[in-house]
Amino acid sequence: MARLRIAGIGITMSLNTAQRHRSRLRLGGWARVAALAGSIAAGLSQRLGYGQGSMIGGRVTLALCPSMLTQLAAGRRVVLVSGTNGKTTTSHLLAAALRTAGLVAHNASGSNMPDGIVAALIAHPEAELAVIEVDELHLAAVADAVNPAVVVLLNLTRDQLDRTTEVRKIAGRIGEALAHHVDTVVVANADDPITVQAASKAARTIWVAGGAGWREDAASCPNCGELLEDGENGQWSCTCGLARPPVTWWLSDNVAHTAGHAVPLELQLPGRFNLSNATMALAAAHQVAKVPFVTAATAFAELSEVANRYATVRYGQHTVRLLLAKNPAGWTEMISVLAEPRPLVVSINAQGADGRDTSWLWDVPFERLTARPIAASGERAADLGVRLSYADLEHHTTPDPLAGLALLPPGPVDVVANYTAFRQLTQRLVHVH
Amino acid sequence: MSTDSAVTIGLILPDVLGTYSDAGNSTVLAQRLRWRGIPASIHPILAREAPPTTCDIYLLGGGEDRAQLFATSWLRSHQTLLNTIAERALTLTVCAGLQILGHTMTDNHGQHQPGLGLLDITTTPRRQRAVGEIITQCHLPDVGMLTGFENHQGATTLGPGTKPLGRVVTGVGNGDGHAVDGVLTDHILGTYLHGPVLARNPALADHILRRVTDHTLPAIDLPDLPALRSTYLKTVV
Repeated sequence: MARLRIAGIGITMSLNTAQRHRSRLRLGGWARVAALAGSIAAGLSQRLGYGQGSMIGGRVTLALCPSMLTQLAAGRRVVLVSGTNGKTTTSHLLAAALRTAGLVAHNASGSNMPDGIVAALIAHPEAELAVIEVDELHLAAVADAVNPAVVVLLNLTRDQLDRTTEVRKIAGRIGEALAHHVDTVVVANADDPITVQAASKAARTIWVAGGAGWREDAASCPNCGELLEDGENGQWSCTCGLARPPVTWWLSDNVAHTAGHAVPLELQLPGRFNLSNATMALAAAHQVAKVPFVTAATAFAELSEVANRYATVRYGQHTVRLLLAKNPAGWTEMISVLAEPRPLVVSINAQGADGRDTSWLWDVPFERLTARPIAASGERAADLGVRLSYADLEHHTTPDPLAGLALLPPGPVDVVANYTAFRQLTQRLVHVH
Repeated sequence: MSTDSAVTIGLILPDVLGTYSDAGNSTVLAQRLRWRGIPASIHPILAREAPPTTCDIYLLGGGEDRAQLFATSWLRSHQTLLNTIAERALTLTVCAGLQILGHTMTDNHGQHQPGLGLLDITTTPRRQRAVGEIITQCHLPDVGMLTGFENHQGATTLGPGTKPLGRVVTGVGNGDGHAVDGVLTDHILGTYLHGPVLARNPALADHILRRVTDHTLPAIDLPDLPALRSTYLKTVV
């Protein structure tokens, strides 16, 4: 019970802090009760070893006080970061840039549904800026609740088709929500037609040439269903009028450009897609808090890992680089990060948060991976193993990823896992080890 | 056909009917031929190209509502390909690909959309989307149980005299009240099973390959397949 009580004291203190910053965060009496109940639930969850507690805490709070999100966001400048891939990394880059301008509330762990968002805002009552990663299915509802200053929309491709729905329906809902928020500025990827269809409904959009390495969901026009015409230099258009909008930001190699500025990006995070994420963050940081471009780029360069992604940990005889990829588009980008043929563990689960259907593994171009010692792991190791066999990739199959790791030669190893597999593995490698 | 020439697999509109990863069926068929020393080639048939009409096997997959209508009108404008599918080649068609080969599809707004009329089936919307694992007992000899993942909102009714591909053991399938899945004619195998269906059920892949090669095919032992099948079929063992 001691820890429970400590959790209770913790929330009381932060609410007192909130009272000192009344202009920023004013919670009604019932909202305070709800926040306290959530905190108790979070402490209990943590104590029982179920997790960090932010989800359950937020869920209890929201159940007791549905307007909590609106109350918590009042008086803050909120940026929402959403899309299929890159949400967590982009929100971390953006939060790093905004911290140079003031205190920032951020759901840094990637708990991106309303319950996790509530927990993050309660934890930072004094922050005037908030960077909130939002699951794309919840973007419309969260935007309505918090009235964001800026929405960053990265890309929309297929992901977890059993849990979510077809991607064009999601884009339609996001578009409707953005149309209501006339004061919100949207920073969006001009290279992804489905994102463009959604973001063009907004009153004002800053278009970024964010790249789209995987366009398999966007061969036909998201507006009318006709085939899109591809032009030169990444241009695309449809006879119905939907077309790639003129961009304000673009990348050449690792330099982000906008009118009159060239901003070199020296990221520790690997991959072309992270340069694209950084460009989106650059545009958003400038829009929401006038963060100078070079200041933002310097903050980006300090990030070496993001919620354990890209982190390197020692485990026995191995130095393990932790990578997360959870759908065909994310994997297609990840394969370029795996160019060097280091031994590889791939861990695939099919829990609710991953999508229960493993068919997507067949849209991942595993054929592009060069031969290397590979361990197929996770709760769906057999599905993955079959897929690798058809890609003519020899592999070991062991559901336990650490057992798979033990079969690989000592030295550097890459591990790529999908959502819950990544969480399970990092708990074992990072938190326990 | 003789095994001297390559078996050709036409993958119809993978960029339009590719939403549920059914293109994997082409990989499975081609690799199972190559591993047995039979050359195979996959022809992705994109909408802007004149489609080849000489392939041995054609594949159609699942897609979103709008993509389904696009694929229907595209196929209608390529009558020679449709004739080939109806009368000569062997075609595996999945989910939306199955629905468009029927007489009509009714969308969620009650709008009737004409299909291509190659199959005596009609599809109407279900009240609730069918999402989850499905197991069927295949009516083809030597194929056995089929495992797959279904994700659709269509209820497909078979006309009199039209046979299903299998009997539903668990899951929904055609959802017409008769616990059956798909369609089986001389030239067309239709199903609601993704997975992709041939990756999870190599016996069905080899049934297709035996018919187009006219050969007995040696067995292939994939090390992970027994574990995969026992995971998905354990509910009925």
